[in-house]
Amino acid sequence: MAAITHATDEHGHGHEEGLHHQFEDMEQQSETYLVGMWSFLVSEVMFFGAMFLAYTLYRWKYQPDFHAAHEELSVLWGGINTTVLLFSSFTMVMGVHFAQLRKKDWVIRMLGATIVCAFVFLIIKFTQEWPVKFEHHLFPGANFGTEGHLNGANPKAAELFYSLYFAMTGFHALHIIVGILLLGVLAMLWKKENPLVTKDYIPTELIGLYWHFVDLVWIFLFPLFYLIPS
Amino acid sequence: MSHVVQTANGADHVHAEQPNYLEAGHTVKSWLLTGDHKRIAVLYLISTSIFFFVGSILAGLIRLELTSPAGVLLENETYNKVFSAHGIVMIFFFLIPAVPAVLGNFILPIMIGARDLAFPRLNLASWYVYMIAGLLAIAGLLMGGVDTGWTFYTPYSSLYSNSQVTLVILAAFLAGFSSIMTAVNFIATIHKMRAPGMTWFRLPLFVWSTYATSVIVVLGTPVVAITLCLVMLERVWRIGIFSPELGGDPVLFQHLFWFYSHPAVYIMILPAFGVISELFQAFTRKRVFGYHFVAFSSIAIAALGFIVWGHHMFISSQSMYQGMVFSLVSFLVAVPSAIKVFNWTATMYKGHVRMQTPFLYALGFIGLFTVGGLTGLFLACMGTDEYLTNSYFVVAHFHYVMVGGAIMGFLGGIHYWWPKMFGRMYPEFWGKLSAIAIFIGFNVTFLPQFIVGFLGMPRRYHYYYFAPEFQIYHVLSTAGATVLGFGFMLPAFYLLWSLKKGAKATANPWGAHGLEWQTASPPIVTNFVETPIVTDEVYDYTHVDEFEQQRATREMDSPGAPGLQTKEGEVIEEEVH
Amino acid sequence: MNYSMSPPQASNFAAPHDWVFYILLALTIVFTLIVGVAVVIFAARYRAGTKVNRARPVHEHMTLELTWTIIPLILGLFMFVAGAKLFVYMRTPPKDAMNIFVVGKQWMWHAQHENGIRENNTIHVPVGKPVRLTMISQDVIHAMYIPAFRVQYHVVPGRYTQLWFTATKVGTYHMFCAMYCGNQHSEMGGYVYVMEPGEYAKWVAAGGEDVPRLTMAQEGARQWNKLGCGNGNCHNEADTARGPSLFGLLGKTRTFADGSSAKADEAYIRESILQPYNHITKGYDNTMPAYEGQLSEEDVLALIAYIRSLGGAGTPQTNINAQKGTEPSGGYERPNRNMSVGAVEGQLPSRPGPRTGNLSVGAQSMQGQANHE
Repeated sequence: MAAITHATDEHGHGHEEGLHHQFEDMEQQSETYLVGMWSFLVSEVMFFGAMFLAYTLYRWKYQPDFHAAHEELSVLWGGINTTVLLFSSFTMVMGVHFAQLRKKDWVIRMLGATIVCAFVFLIIKFTQEWPVKFEHHLFPGANFGTEGHLNGANPKAAELFYSLYFAMTGFHALHIIVGILLLGVLAMLWKKENPLVTKDYIPTELIGLYWHFVDLVWIFLFPLFYLIPS
Repeated sequence: MSHVVQTANGADHVHAEQPNYLEAGHTVKSWLLTGDHKRIAVLYLISTSIFFFVGSILAGLIRLELTSPAGVLLENETYNKVFSAHGIVMIFFFLIPAVPAVLGNFILPIMIGARDLAFPRLNLASWYVYMIAGLLAIAGLLMGGVDTGWTFYTPYSSLYSNSQVTLVILAAFLAGFSSIMTAVNFIATIHKMRAPGMTWFRLPLFVWSTYATSVIVVLGTPVVAITLCLVMLERVWRIGIFSPELGGDPVLFQHLFWFYSHPAVYIMILPAFGVISELFQAFTRKRVFGYHFVAFSSIAIAALGFIVWGHHMFISSQSMYQGMVFSLVSFLVAVPSAIKVFNWTATMYKGHVRMQTPFLYALGFIGLFTVGGLTGLFLACMGTDEYLTNSYFVVAHFHYVMVGGAIMGFLGGIHYWWPKMFGRMYPEFWGKLSAIAIFIGFNVTFLPQFIVGFLGMPRRYHYYYFAPEFQIYHVLSTAGATVLGFGFMLPAFYLLWSLKKGAKATANPWGAHGLEWQTASPPIVTNFVETPIVTDEVYDYTHVDEFEQQRATREMDSPGAPGLQTKEGEVIEEEVH
Repeated sequence: MNYSMSPPQASNFAAPHDWVFYILLALTIVFTLIVGVAVVIFAARYRAGTKVNRARPVHEHMTLELTWTIIPLILGLFMFVAGAKLFVYMRTPPKDAMNIFVVGKQWMWHAQHENGIRENNTIHVPVGKPVRLTMISQDVIHAMYIPAFRVQYHVVPGRYTQLWFTATKVGTYHMFCAMYCGNQHSEMGGYVYVMEPGEYAKWVAAGGEDVPRLTMAQEGARQWNKLGCGNGNCHNEADTARGPSLFGLLGKTRTFADGSSAKADEAYIRESILQPYNHITKGYDNTMPAYEGQLSEEDVLALIAYIRSLGGAGTPQTNINAQKGTEPSGGYERPNRNMSVGAVEGQLPSRPGPRTGNLSVGAQSMQGQANHE
């Protein structure tokens, strides 16, 4: 049986700023948001995980063809992109750090740096990597492989390789774009000194978690697609 | 409704009259932009009911067609679209959301003593995503529908079907996101927003079930989401992953699809299990037998449920040995469900059984789910599955667990918590009549299907003129379906009737244990006037007995009699320390 | 009206399978009764208000929990072993099994015996001899299902699957497609004929004569549908943006993009199918896929026969969509829809053997009127 008694504090007046009504205190609110974000990220792991599984199975089945097909990928650009994203995770961590310290200018600089890195990543991908493949008719479809560049791979296996490549890097790029939007909104809120972010570092941390996840996906994608041993 | 409560220090404490959640705001905007979990639950109730109605019409068409070996009305293509639509609507738009998003949304926060779910705006967003998904699905159906079955097997769905596959897959994809959003909300809420004193092992079993369900949703739904996405890509851009013509593997689709869709059936049944636990404790006025076993069995089902998917694929060309692993674990996963059934039955021993409408649904569940679960064993058993898979035996099995199980659970929950949600009682006679009609109609509909499946009739068959020996079973089945349909329709009428004309309900019309019964019917917006502090063990009827028995007895004899509504100044001795 | 509650047992698997099935059925009934009776007894005895002993109610009982966990577990494990053994038996063909090769395609079955006999929608086998079906699909996933034999297995595109059986009882048995495969899934079936060894030998000697033969134009129509020539707005009744009509083509003169022209005879049509890029009809682009290497000469001849049948005097063809079969291509003849319930009283033929040329077996109405749709 429950005793209905006075709540642990006043009757809900004089709330801490930024405390939503369903929570008792900021600590509960922060922890709850973190549990929510981690649960969401688990679902994202499963989302990408299914594609990683498909990739693993097909690569196991078509190892030499995947190796041959992967030679068209530029390890240079992929490597640069990996470095860029790793650096962006560092700037994100710094952003969260400064958010905890409530140092608005530094937060904005770090978020800005993260956004710049994200753009660099996308620019490299969409100017140096993908267009080359389109020109070489390496996008799956009726025209696939009609310009060569298969390096001796069985065309069906190569088409599979590229199907997975475009699907996985495509979904990843989508997540980067969403990340840029989130970071942009976050930076704007900091710029405007919106108490939502200035009084509580949790929103910044949540977006940081998302960003680290997106980086982590790439850390797996890069070796799997770009560094296939023969 | 005002509450007069005694506080720990004995002082009376009258609060100003707070409107209940239904009265707090009458504009359309106050409903469509609400953050209140209770209002969102009502929104979900309306929309899931509409989809259930659509799905039932489709079922009626199927049953009509099958009375005659050469069909009655429809061409092949249309029939195929009708059964596909029936599965898609019922599974994605009714069974998966119903108990969690209607009953879970409404009652879970109250059960744990919270003011709302962790993320109210996410909750509202989940409803909008569900509605958009639903509208896309309806659009897809109106624009010709799909004829792939709800299972979308490739390469038929990706390369061969000339139907609205992309649109309907998109709808299913979005529906999945809606359920992920709800699940994330529930997980965070259950972990972090329990009232003081509400430890894990004081949680009502409904919360345990909902928690297990939410974990499954978070882990499984994304896999089917990406799988369906890949099918869309294959259709639109020939990005071949699942078609041999493109170097892909159609069996990979099946693995990825069933990796989610088997746990999905536990998503559909676990919340119903939770409802049944609540119904047993309330209508036997006794702690559920073996509480810990029942709680942990939900977790076991969730865990084991992820490693049995291959039992849908024994004959799909996976290796025998792979199959054996799946078969073994499938037999294992049956055990926790059996444990629940035995524990529920044992709850009745030395209890005070009240055969009211919600409990009739619970008892119907026991009978139907037991049959459904046991017939699943025929399919877990590899040798018999080779014969019975893809036949009407499977159709009968899953309807026994999905309708006889999940829907009975849903209806039982609706009838149990209806007075809490809307502050009204429905007429007991009609409630009982519907429960009985549904039970009888259901059995007459689906028992013959076990037989015609054993005789060798495959599922998803429009015609069977080459096998007229099947007809008698179909005619019988359709006759049952008519009764079943009647049984399903009745609640729509008397429940709606009760909203305006039903007897007003008190805070605890059933005399049941639970925080939800400690607050007004319908609850105020913040659920509780003040955050409760939990001191009793769960389902402890000793304290409830002392007070509620008197009140409950009065109500049972004559619901709606004067003097049952809380009046100003009446002291409710809810706290006895 | 005839009805039965169990299927015929006509193979080596039927009896062992049915044993396992009936044991499972017994367990189902027993456990349902246990629970059901307990519920009824408790509901009556412990109904609120009854004066029975409710002292010291029990809320948990470890021994009970363990009992009703372990007993079902053990029973389950027994059934697992029984089922696994049966499955291994069903999946392990003997080395000396007779081979029959089966191709499933929308919406018919094509079987080829090693001795060269081909059959559509039927399989003739001798009684008492193990038979292995090696199967593959031409298009989508199908499943070969012979209820009387208790066998079923998927038929998948891109890989071979197999099932085996030894027929134990002479007779005619249903053969179904059991994996949903599109429009005419339910009509993609036929019959398995199990014959006495003597009868079977006679059947083989007669070259499997009751195989219904398609005319060349019918075969061509099937090729046309399969390849989707009428799809995608390519070759319709009238010229489209994508492709010229082929109605009344034979004998016409075609003008080509380079200005030359030629009379459309069989050779021209053959070249237009296999190497269309050689002569593009004026007003069109080089968009038609080339079928060289994909069609056999037999296929091409059949297509030509079909094209010859298009147009001219006679009713125009409706737009043939590869997915929409207007005639059942399975082994049945579709009855008239206007039959009342119970009018379809077809009996399976009581005696296997060569049929009299017409496809409809067991699907005639009492009036004997079989209608084509």
